Amino acid sequence: MALPLLRGITTPTLFRANGMFCTTQRPILAHFSANKPESSVRTAAPKSTQQATREGQVVAEQNTQGFEAVIGIETHVQLSTITKAFCSCPYNYGSQPNTTICPTCMGHPGALPVLNAEVVECAVKLGLALNCNISMTSKFDRKQYFYPDLPKGYQISQFDIPIAEKGYVDLDIPLEFGGGHRRFGITRVHMEEDAGKLLHSESGSYSQVDLNRAGVPLLEIVSEPDMRTGIEAAEYGAEIQRVVRYLGVGNGNMQEGSLRCDVNVSVRPIGQSEFGTKVEIKNMNSFSAISRAIDYEISRQILLHKESQADQIVQETRLWDESSQKTFTMRKKEGLADYRYFPEPDLPEVILTTEYIDEIRSSMPELPEAKRRRYENMGLSMQDVIFLANDDNVAHFFDSTLEHGADAKMAANWIMGDIAAYLKDEKLSIHDIKLTPLELSEMIASIKNGIISGKIAKEILVELISKGGTVKSVIEEKDLVQIADPAAIEAMVDQVLTDNPKQLEQYRAGKTKLQGFFAGQVMKASKGKASPVLLNKILGEKLKGDC
Amino acid sequence: MPPPLQAHRMLLSHRRISSGPRRRFTAVSSLSSAPAKTVVAPGPAPSSILSIRESLLSGERTAVDITSEYLSRLRRTEPSVRSFIHVADAAAEREAEELDRRIASGGKDAVGPLAGVLVGVKDNLCTAAMPSTGGSRILDGFQPAYDATAVRRLREAGAIVVGKTNLDEFGMGSTTEGSGFQVTTNPWDDSCVPGGSSGGSASAVSARQCVVSLGSDTGGSVRQPASFCGVVGLKPTYGRVSRFGLMAYASSLDVVGCFGSSVFDTATMLSVIAGHDKMDSTSSSNDVPDYRSDLVSPNLLESKPLNNVRIGIIQETLGEGVDTGVISSVKAAASHLEQLGSVVEEVTLPSFSLGLPAYYILASSEASSNLSRYDGIRYGKQVPADELNELYGDSRANGLGHEVKMRILMGTYALSAGYYDAYYKRAQQVRTLVKKSFEEALKRYDVLISPAAPSAAYKIGEKTNDPLAMYAGDIMTVNVNLAGLPALVVPCGFVEGGSAGLPVGLQMIGSPFSEGNLLRIGHIFEQTLQDLSFVPPLLADI
Repeated sequence: MALPLLRGITTPTLFRANGMFCTTQRPILAHFSANKPESSVRTAAPKSTQQATREGQVVAEQNTQGFEAVIGIETHVQLSTITKAFCSCPYNYGSQPNTTICPTCMGHPGALPVLNAEVVECAVKLGLALNCNISMTSKFDRKQYFYPDLPKGYQISQFDIPIAEKGYVDLDIPLEFGGGHRRFGITRVHMEEDAGKLLHSESGSYSQVDLNRAGVPLLEIVSEPDMRTGIEAAEYGAEIQRVVRYLGVGNGNMQEGSLRCDVNVSVRPIGQSEFGTKVEIKNMNSFSAISRAIDYEISRQILLHKESQADQIVQETRLWDESSQKTFTMRKKEGLADYRYFPEPDLPEVILTTEYIDEIRSSMPELPEAKRRRYENMGLSMQDVIFLANDDNVAHFFDSTLEHGADAKMAANWIMGDIAAYLKDEKLSIHDIKLTPLELSEMIASIKNGIISGKIAKEILVELISKGGTVKSVIEEKDLVQIADPAAIEAMVDQVLTDNPKQLEQYRAGKTKLQGFFAGQVMKASKGKASPVLLNKILGEKLKGDC
Repeated sequence: MPPPLQAHRMLLSHRRISSGPRRRFTAVSSLSSAPAKTVVAPGPAPSSILSIRESLLSGERTAVDITSEYLSRLRRTEPSVRSFIHVADAAAEREAEELDRRIASGGKDAVGPLAGVLVGVKDNLCTAAMPSTGGSRILDGFQPAYDATAVRRLREAGAIVVGKTNLDEFGMGSTTEGSGFQVTTNPWDDSCVPGGSSGGSASAVSARQCVVSLGSDTGGSVRQPASFCGVVGLKPTYGRVSRFGLMAYASSLDVVGCFGSSVFDTATMLSVIAGHDKMDSTSSSNDVPDYRSDLVSPNLLESKPLNNVRIGIIQETLGEGVDTGVISSVKAAASHLEQLGSVVEEVTLPSFSLGLPAYYILASSEASSNLSRYDGIRYGKQVPADELNELYGDSRANGLGHEVKMRILMGTYALSAGYYDAYYKRAQQVRTLVKKSFEEALKRYDVLISPAAPSAAYKIGEKTNDPLAMYAGDIMTVNVNLAGLPALVVPCGFVEGGSAGLPVGLQMIGSPFSEGNLLRIGHIFEQTLQDLSFVPPLLADI
């Protein structure tokens, strides 16, 4: 901890208008470095755990003989509500420090929390999405500890009666990690508020407090200790992120800290029913980091077990260090921290009605698991299924393409192939491009009907993605209609054979591979428009006939 | 059914006290010729707010006249009473001038119900234009960014905030000796405490330094000082008045209350400050009646105005440990109520004695949490340190007073793992019992009565080394907070002490949101109380 702690913020001048507080406070010092530009990662598809873990997995598998890891995850999901959980301040990631604050989220004397109803709605949505029981009556509690980023000296949270509990999440492990369907238990989902941020000076001689984030609503999701490998844990996290994004309750961005996973890992000999001593790991800002951190930690613990040093595994919090790819002790826990929870007297109980829950349930979108099962039933491969359902925008694009009558497999191929490649190169999201699902379905139909070739389609697609328009207009504009007239093709074939007597001679001498050459020449002459099927048929006949 | 009280004997004792050859009558009679015009002759307490309003509207006096009258009295009495931590005299004069300009320019319609009324505000209520310390050194010099809702509503009704009144630090105490700044004295006897924690607000109204004042009541902090200082004090139903801007002591018990020299003034104030506030989720959205409308002028009262009113006198409040003078004053008040037509019966509340320990556990538990924000990080006093825990420790050790630290320690202990069930949870169960026993009793009676405190004002320093004795003094009031009920304290008599006797208050407790009924009965009681005047001798000497 950087010390001594200076007064990070001063009491700003606040103006009151329409019951809302606003502040005109300027940043305290120029060297705040927290103002990262707004990242566009939100629109990027969730990163798969792929490249990360293959190596780690192999290492882990080699070393796990005789031992089994038990992994549970606490996930904090920041909600993208317009205002904070208990006051009317907005929250925008990357704002100037201490500009979105008011007496309530600064913990000023006399200020009181007022619950943002939207937070409850998000909690119920997520609770339902995770197949939880929703508590018709829940309440808030105070979790008490001192830290400079916690203005009131307590965090408003939920202790013994969370808003949702006893659920589960279903997911599919990608084939490259062994595949398979998993169900992981959800212990509970509860509402709470975020703390501010400490900004430590480079010299380490002082720290400053930024309270912009203080009071931002969070949902904490606690899993059952059901995961056994880093991959499973990472896939669990990725599924939570998908659900959060599908529901639109948060942006799920790990780099911004909108989705944070704290992982508990313990190891025990296979067959033993008691858990080993658990270690908490923090500071992982990608799913691949989660996977690697866990696999590292498992290896570390197993090694200690094998060397009969299991007593060196102690209850502690360890930090994942990306540069060394290792976990390090952050703090040892001296017994259980006593947060002295008690019911928050400033907030009434949260009482829900069945109508309220039913209304939310009926407005829920199709969730990733349901989508995957639906795609699977269409006959798509698991790889396609997982890809398409990974990002709700992609899935939505795919679904509407099908609604316009496109063939599922072909639509999947185009989306996963050329479109995905374009998006990756241009760092765009599928809703940033001009291609519409309708035109994709038109294009697929045009291929099927023989109006254009697959090759021409690739050309058209780039046009549609970057400039928009319709398949028809692009075909006409570029004169790309496939030549399906046998006489026209025959004429072109004849011309090519006449123009290349040397090659024809070689062909006749037995170099039959040259058929490809002739085909290419004809295609070139037709500017790619000749129907490949007809072309090959006519060319074949001509070459054979000439023999 | 307990036997009815012996009305005749009670009435006699009542009269005996009130007609004794006490100096207060000379005091009062000399007052009538005193220049302080709003301090009036013996007899039913008049409404200062009404007379201010009438004189402003008739043009008889200006707001500047009225303000300077109060301010000059404040300046003369303050050196001995020390009610205020902060006096905003210049701002008050400025506001009065502006009000006069508005009245002169014909804006009489724009004159609010509290126009020209000088209000004292307990210093644990936030005020944007003045320091607000909560009586704590840790907030020395702290100026909030906003007005508490109650203060804002008073200002919007035209009231002029004259200053911030003294209190026990963060409301924790029963004498106002626990202030981090000064000791307030009782206007009836400057060697006595004014009660607490709203001691400054009570003494300020008693000494007519302001017309009315705001206090807060967590376990009796409005009612007990009202009793000690001989003024009217109202603790509204929990949730009736917004707590937004009240520095939290025990959030589930805290209520903003008011003081006046008459029931009418108190009712007027409540009408202004009560009502839902979206900034306080525990504030009630029940309609706010005009609490003045049921207050009938004494000459229009019928002979038995309290016919059909059933009153229970709580037996547990008239036993051991209660000053005999207090008991006889309250019994006299009971028979006075009977004379007015009500039926008074003894009632027992079996869980009454359990309330005090439960209260101190719950209040301390919540306090230990509520006071965590005074950490020296964002505002208030910070003691520089080399290490974070030291910074917290030194800032709090220096900034917080003895009683506050004791309660934080008690509360922290009660909420600790392993003790929670034995203390906090148990105390909550007791709270439920207390609530139920009140509910039962209030099914049978419209109003329950008791003393507001077991004794009249005691000497400064008398209980400073004996916190348990001080806590025991809250026995009459804490149960009402546990049950969240409204209670009104009206001066009803005197006991021996000081130069003119020391006042005793009668506490009337009602069902939730029955403030209107309490004020109506309190008003009739007050207006029919013959020959008693609750103007302190301090004012006679001026």
